[in-house]
Amino acid sequence: MAKTWEEINSKIKQRKAVVVTAEEMIHIVAEKGTKRAAQQVDVVTTGTFGPMCSSGMYINIGQPKPKIKLGGGVCYLNDVPAYPGFAAVDLLLGCSQVAENDPLNREHPGQFKYGGGHVIEDLVAGKNIRLSARAYGTDCYPRKKLDTYINIKDLNEAILFNPRNAYQNYNVAVNLSDKIIYTYMGVLRPKMGNINYSSAGQLSPLLNDPLYRTIGIGTRIFLGGGIGYVSWHGTQHSPATPRNEKQIPLGGAGTLAVTGDLKQMSPEYLVGTSMTGYGSTLTVGIGIPIPILDEEMAQFTAVRDEDITAPVIDYSDAYPNRKSDIVGRISYAELRTGKATLQGKEIPTGSLSSYYKARIIANTLKQWIEAGEFVLTQPVQPLPGPESGMDAKALKERPVKSDLRTF
Amino acid sequence: MVSKKILLKFPNRLVDQPIVYKLVKEYNLEVNILKAKIMPDEEGILALELRGESSNYKEGLAYLKRIRVRVEPLGKDIIRNESRCTHCGACIPICPTQALRMDPITKAVSFINTECIACELCIVACPPSAMELHY
Repeated sequence: MAKTWEEINSKIKQRKAVVVTAEEMIHIVAEKGTKRAAQQVDVVTTGTFGPMCSSGMYINIGQPKPKIKLGGGVCYLNDVPAYPGFAAVDLLLGCSQVAENDPLNREHPGQFKYGGGHVIEDLVAGKNIRLSARAYGTDCYPRKKLDTYINIKDLNEAILFNPRNAYQNYNVAVNLSDKIIYTYMGVLRPKMGNINYSSAGQLSPLLNDPLYRTIGIGTRIFLGGGIGYVSWHGTQHSPATPRNEKQIPLGGAGTLAVTGDLKQMSPEYLVGTSMTGYGSTLTVGIGIPIPILDEEMAQFTAVRDEDITAPVIDYSDAYPNRKSDIVGRISYAELRTGKATLQGKEIPTGSLSSYYKARIIANTLKQWIEAGEFVLTQPVQPLPGPESGMDAKALKERPVKSDLRTF
Repeated sequence: MVSKKILLKFPNRLVDQPIVYKLVKEYNLEVNILKAKIMPDEEGILALELRGESSNYKEGLAYLKRIRVRVEPLGKDIIRNESRCTHCGACIPICPTQALRMDPITKAVSFINTECIACELCIVACPPSAMELHY
């Protein structure tokens, strides 16, 4: 018998809802079958904690006296350039922005010790952040310079806005060349010296709702230790990626755009991250509750690491040169043992996302729901599904006529 | 016979002096350089393993102190900043001695200090910069 969102929320408010994590659901379904599991379990919680380079924040700093219009000027937060091209005192900072005088990769591999992701972590941790700005001055906003400290508690708004997070499955990376390479998938030793992956697999939100039946625009989520929302489908959302018989995509597919109040968040779940030779980023913790509306949702949320396989890509050639060749396929069950066999060779594996933290997130969200503090929201609009045919496109370059302005 | 790992820190005025040569030639010590970092206008750092007769070792160290080189014992110099570690495991396949391991049940990454040879590869591989080099 199917359950409605309202029935589940009513049970949550009465603290009678049965809430389990996606890991626990595997055992429940194995023991009781999907039918009984669907009757008994109301909500399954998921979690993921990994570097998500498309993360950023926008803040409103309030007007100084006299007033300033940052838009059109330049602005730095702890020496990291922030984008001020909005109204007078709104700022946007992406996690991958690097500090003004960072040596980058001039001495390869660069360390990228401090960037936008670190500023976000420091702001959320309550540290003072130095804001320095230059503006051009207008009649209504005469000020041309600003150099001060800002603190999250004094900001009007501090919003995390991440246009692409929580990838549904992802590439697994190796290096087939004969020299070490430094990538966003970590340090890859030559000749397949290691295999790196980045997914919470069986705990990952979109792998537990592979057809986006319950996760959509408006879904309330755990975001960075606070409450956030799914605000859109993520950029490069590719639901039309081929799937296995359990509807699990065979590679990177769905993504989410998420947003939430930074003032509720914690540096435990938003960690400034430096990928050697690559750049700075932000490691983000996300947890999404999935209502067990019927037997199909019970089946979906019982997904196991052995059901989820990912393509192994050579990051020394195939990835940078946009070649479609893959080295092989590996399941997350095998990757998580610490070694995997590829082309007859046993190779150590490493993860960029933390399963340990993903588990803490799924359990925290479970506790919030059990306590009646967190009710579920039915999406106001579903995410585009496989039937949309939507698939991330590559850029087709066109020759530029140098003698004409074409815009 | 004495064999010790030590760390020398010397001011930039000594950067152009043949300190290692003197340790070998005048004090008959065997020198194995573990690490050296010498930058213009900065304090120089030289990590050495020194082997030799006990009396020669003492005199060699006295010479270093005389020319105002700071001598410190070289201990376990990789430290994990526990508050920054996210237990992702990116360090594990990079570590040559399995000093970094993931518990198969809890999925927590542990750092077994006694098995660390301070090669520093984990420092490069650690996304949240939790692995730190301390002298």
